[in-house]
Amino acid sequence: VTRAVEVTLRLGAPLRPHAGGHAQLAYTVPDDADVGRLLDALAADHPAAARRIRDETGLLRQHVNVFVDREPVPRRTGTEVVLHDGAEVLVLPAVSGGAR
Amino acid sequence: VTTLVMIGTRKGLFLARSEDRRTWEVSEPTLTNEGVSSVAIDTRGATPRLLAGGATWFWGPYLVSSDDLGATWHDPEHAPLAFPEDTGAAIANVWQITPDTAARPGVVWAGTEPSALWRSEDGGASFSLVRGLWDHPHRERWEPGGGGQMVHTILPHPADDQRLTVAMSTGGVYRSKDAGATWEPSNDGIAADYQPEPPPPWGFCIHKAARDAVSPETLVTQHHGGVYRSTDDGASWTPIHDGLPSDFGFPIVTHPRTADTAWVFPLKGDEGRVPPGNRIAVHRTRDGGATWEELSDGLPDRPFYAAVLRDAMTVDDGDPAGVYIGTRDGCVFASPDEGATWVEVARHLPDVFCVRAATIA
Repeated sequence: VTRAVEVTLRLGAPLRPHAGGHAQLAYTVPDDADVGRLLDALAADHPAAARRIRDETGLLRQHVNVFVDREPVPRRTGTEVVLHDGAEVLVLPAVSGGAR
Repeated sequence: VTTLVMIGTRKGLFLARSEDRRTWEVSEPTLTNEGVSSVAIDTRGATPRLLAGGATWFWGPYLVSSDDLGATWHDPEHAPLAFPEDTGAAIANVWQITPDTAARPGVVWAGTEPSALWRSEDGGASFSLVRGLWDHPHRERWEPGGGGQMVHTILPHPADDQRLTVAMSTGGVYRSKDAGATWEPSNDGIAADYQPEPPPPWGFCIHKAARDAVSPETLVTQHHGGVYRSTDDGASWTPIHDGLPSDFGFPIVTHPRTADTAWVFPLKGDEGRVPPGNRIAVHRTRDGGATWEELSDGLPDRPFYAAVLRDAMTVDDGDPAGVYIGTRDGCVFASPDEGATWVEVARHLPDVFCVRAATIA
């Protein structure tokens, strides 16, 4: 039986204008949902924010960091990290901007 | 009459305006967190539409538009360009935005990295992938040049909407005669000294190509080495770089109204890619490449070491035509008289990726 869990998605400042100005969003997702499922939910509500986090193949963008409960997730497999009740997912620009 | 110049740089878009093309006002930058790889001024509608595309360091590619001359920008909720899921590909950058002719209002083309051609029928708000080019059997052989691997040149045919020419680095010139359904490489006659002889049909590093305004079957191209001309819509090419100080360079542009007239910005080739003699100069032909003249009156006379990238030279639609160059050290120069004399539009900008200019009122 799939139950629902409550998770929080927090967005770094550059993403907020693309998400209706929200710094954080609360989502109710199935208890087997992963980061990708949460970003799908974001895409349904705020596609302009979601497309800045993942490319059209679903891969996390190279210079975007996603943390689950403060732990960074891997770029290639991070969307598969399963969320637990009360999980906090944070999306921030990486520290790599100096290469410009 | 106001002339508007869009200046896309590594760190934002600048807009320059002039009433006489000799004194210029340059805006504060917009799109400041973006690398602006491509710009276009679509003058076909009742009001000019500005388009800008590129990639941000963090947040991926973008293509935005403005119908109020840059006061506000429209960034669609959904990505205006996105590869279909079955391709498994993702857009890295938007390298070209080309409004089609006035006879095809609303049609705008885009070229991306990885090499793909896109068509919009709503003025650039949304695009669809041109599958015929994406599915070309050569695609796996196209390699990135120094700037990436992209479609950077899109040349609609003014009289025949079935015919379309693109150029990519690397790959070369490809032509379609069936509105993009099928494509053939069109690089015969172009030498490629970085390839085994004869070069494979996909092995050309076309830097830029342009179509003649009077004779649409006439094209010119700046190759990785060599400047070439075609009078059969790209089916075959002949070299026209005798008379230039170097056959290497990135941009080439043609006159908006006058036949056989084109401008290039020669650079030393693999020995530094700076202007020959460390002197900034544009070169112009008015006879289809039979002869070239150096144009530098008003350009800096001190040693100059910066390149002009493939889309950082353009012409406007004024009479006489204005010519513009943007340099990698952040300078922009304008000529109000087809290259005879030059004035500085801006200096100390971020390095200039692209410029486009048009009369807007």
